Amino acid sequence: MRKLLSIVAALSIAATLPYTADASPDQDLKEMRAYFKKRFPKVPFQDYANGVYALDAESRAQWESIEDFPPYEMSVDNGKKLFNTPFKNGKTYASCFPNDGIGIVQNYPLFDKASGEVITVEHAINMCRESNGEKPLKYKKGDIADIAAYMAYTSRGKKLKVVVPNDPRALAIYERGKQHFFAKRGQLNLACADCHVSSAGMHVRADLLSPMLGHVTHFPVYRSAWGELGTLHRRYGGCNEQVRAKAYDAQGPEYTALEYYESYMSNGLVLNGPGSRK
Amino acid sequence: MANTIKVRAKLAGDVTTVKALVSHPMETGLVKDKKTGQLIPAHFIQEVTCEHNGNNVLTALWGVAISKNPYLSFRFKGAKVGDKLTLRWVDNTGKSDAEETVID
Repeated sequence: MRKLLSIVAALSIAATLPYTADASPDQDLKEMRAYFKKRFPKVPFQDYANGVYALDAESRAQWESIEDFPPYEMSVDNGKKLFNTPFKNGKTYASCFPNDGIGIVQNYPLFDKASGEVITVEHAINMCRESNGEKPLKYKKGDIADIAAYMAYTSRGKKLKVVVPNDPRALAIYERGKQHFFAKRGQLNLACADCHVSSAGMHVRADLLSPMLGHVTHFPVYRSAWGELGTLHRRYGGCNEQVRAKAYDAQGPEYTALEYYESYMSNGLVLNGPGSRK
Repeated sequence: MANTIKVRAKLAGDVTTVKALVSHPMETGLVKDKKTGQLIPAHFIQEVTCEHNGNNVLTALWGVAISKNPYLSFRFKGAKVGDKLTLRWVDNTGKSDAEETVID
């Protein structure tokens, strides 16, 4: 463990992290892309949506055979059923979303000018429920993941296009997410960037570290470790706990900002949710 | 009974590879319900059979070691494209389900 930490520490200092304070989102995106292009010259851009399976042939072969009978299929079916079941007042989720909620996930998280907030898919689902007199769902797993999985499934093939408008409120949330990504935290004193930028493609015990490019495209995700589907914020919490930091609340301001930043950085990648991972 | 079996069979050369995903809780009977503190009763598939042209090509005797929503894959010889295959399971409560597929 100490050896791993010292390697990570050395790399953090040695490698130039693509972090420029006060840069525009567009600049950040260009820098991050250039970093990964240099780091993994043989990986085609669109393949980053497959995470570690773009980097390792053996685990890719295993993953492809799992995709023969994707473990998330039953969740998508359940999600479709939940999505089409009317609320007590007779309306359905379709009434809350453009295009009846089909094929729209590529626009999320989106910045809402009226409220000045960034809205994620899961948050939008609960906003829909509450405005129709239903109780909100819990944010990490269960029905919310199934509904989000169905919506992600209908959005497959669409290119992620998260907008960070030239609005100080949106830029502030973006910056907050970027700060979270690069800030060290927890007893292990690691930043998201330490593993997912500097050490991307390397091992941490028996697991491969995924590059941050393409992180969000395949969520919600069926994680073998969970034995079920979970949302992005569930993974954020788990990851923070893994560096022995206290997890923030799912759909709280911290993880929403982080999702905003990470999603913007993956713009242009083709959505492939829900996904299956180790 | 709702359909719990997804099955596909593919012929390559003279070997047919059958892959199936079965939806089943596969409860071991040793796990306690978090809310009530009571043991969740054992509910698991005991036998899986596969029939091809009236012949049994697989009998699998399962137990609690098989996880929830099990995935099964096996190969056998002697089939042609277009043949019918039936996969069936029976669990310890006596419930069962079966699904037919065509080899391609």
